[in-house]
Amino acid sequence: MYTQALNTSEAEDRNLEDAARAAQFQARIDAEERIEPNDWMPAAYRKTLVRQISQHAHSEIVGMLPEGNWITRAPTLRRKAALLAKVQDECGHGLYLYAAAETLGSSREELVDQMLAGKAKYSSIFNYPTLTWADIGVIGWLVDGAAIMNQIPLCRCSYGPYARAMIRVCKEESFHQRQGYEIMLTLSRGSEEQKAMAQDALNRWWWPVLMMFGPPDRASQHGDTSTRWKIKRFSNDELRQKFVDATVPQAQYLGLTIPDPGMRLNATTGHWEYSAIDWEEFKQVLAGNGPCNRDRMAARRKAHEEGAWVREAAAAYAEKRRQRSAARAA
Amino acid sequence: MATPNTPLWEVFIRSRNGLAHKHVGSLHAPDATLALQAARDVYTRRGEGLSIWVVPSSAITASDPSEKGMMFEPAESKIYRHPTFYDVPEEVGHM
Repeated sequence: MYTQALNTSEAEDRNLEDAARAAQFQARIDAEERIEPNDWMPAAYRKTLVRQISQHAHSEIVGMLPEGNWITRAPTLRRKAALLAKVQDECGHGLYLYAAAETLGSSREELVDQMLAGKAKYSSIFNYPTLTWADIGVIGWLVDGAAIMNQIPLCRCSYGPYARAMIRVCKEESFHQRQGYEIMLTLSRGSEEQKAMAQDALNRWWWPVLMMFGPPDRASQHGDTSTRWKIKRFSNDELRQKFVDATVPQAQYLGLTIPDPGMRLNATTGHWEYSAIDWEEFKQVLAGNGPCNRDRMAARRKAHEEGAWVREAAAAYAEKRRQRSAARAA
Repeated sequence: MATPNTPLWEVFIRSRNGLAHKHVGSLHAPDATLALQAARDVYTRRGEGLSIWVVPSSAITASDPSEKGMMFEPAESKIYRHPTFYDVPEEVGHM
């Protein structure tokens, strides 16, 4: 009985200590201090970040697939070089992000395995197909534009390694959006067929891009605590509105029509109001039923499996060299 | 055969302006040669550096953040280590 009593009191003390530490932690966040890997943090903060950063990393990696589809078919060498550089950047962004997630105590292998097993999510947008060259323009202009809108506030996220990774990502990402807009500009100033191609791509991508900001504020699961912890600085709807307001004049300049007949400028607020988003489609795509979910997962698994011999050979070679230098030293 | 987790390396880059090598991030590689190549690809795609160091993360010894008070307090109380602590008359000019 005595032992049990001791245990109880210990557990209670630990809770008290945790409550005190949690309050201290929140005070640091409120003072805009950055949290670093070895600092104490609530388990839920760690879990939220591992989930968010690894999903972000998976998105960068899966995001290479829709664009990679067009590298060999880019219309000019200039476009091809730019697209190749962009896809290389996405890979780099994935790696920065995995490294940031790893500082929280999960290995990259573990995180990648979760993705390959279909247990981790990645951005819904990459489950849509790239049917024409104009899709590459729209991805740069709108998909990367939306990503930048999301990522700029993350540069001030409370978790140091994530914030620092986002600063690098945002610096590099701005070329992505500009090269996309340039593609759209060329097409929309081109032949009738090219204009139609640009409009068709905008029609197909507009709504999925608006969904990238996540569920509406009234339905978001993670919003409140993430805001309190300063992981998130703006709500989904706020960012979506900022994006729409920035994008409408850009579309007007291109002479393209946003596929939302209900869209109108609210003269009082100065904001562009958009029609209701089909959240059922979003749910379906996240649940694995989008147009390309199975293709994307199959492509990632194939790349992982076909790269296995490279990983094994590199590890074996490193081990052989280690043993040889140990033998020489002996 | 299960491949062991690939070791982690910390990457330091000396930028063009001649400053010291600065930590830029980390990466995984089986050995030092591949770590250098990966660091080139991951961290210097836009001419960010003229020199790269890679160091096995396991070789780094870090101070304990929970003891930072004790660790850095000795410097905080010694304001006389800063030039502004000393009064020099204005007539003397810049010193």
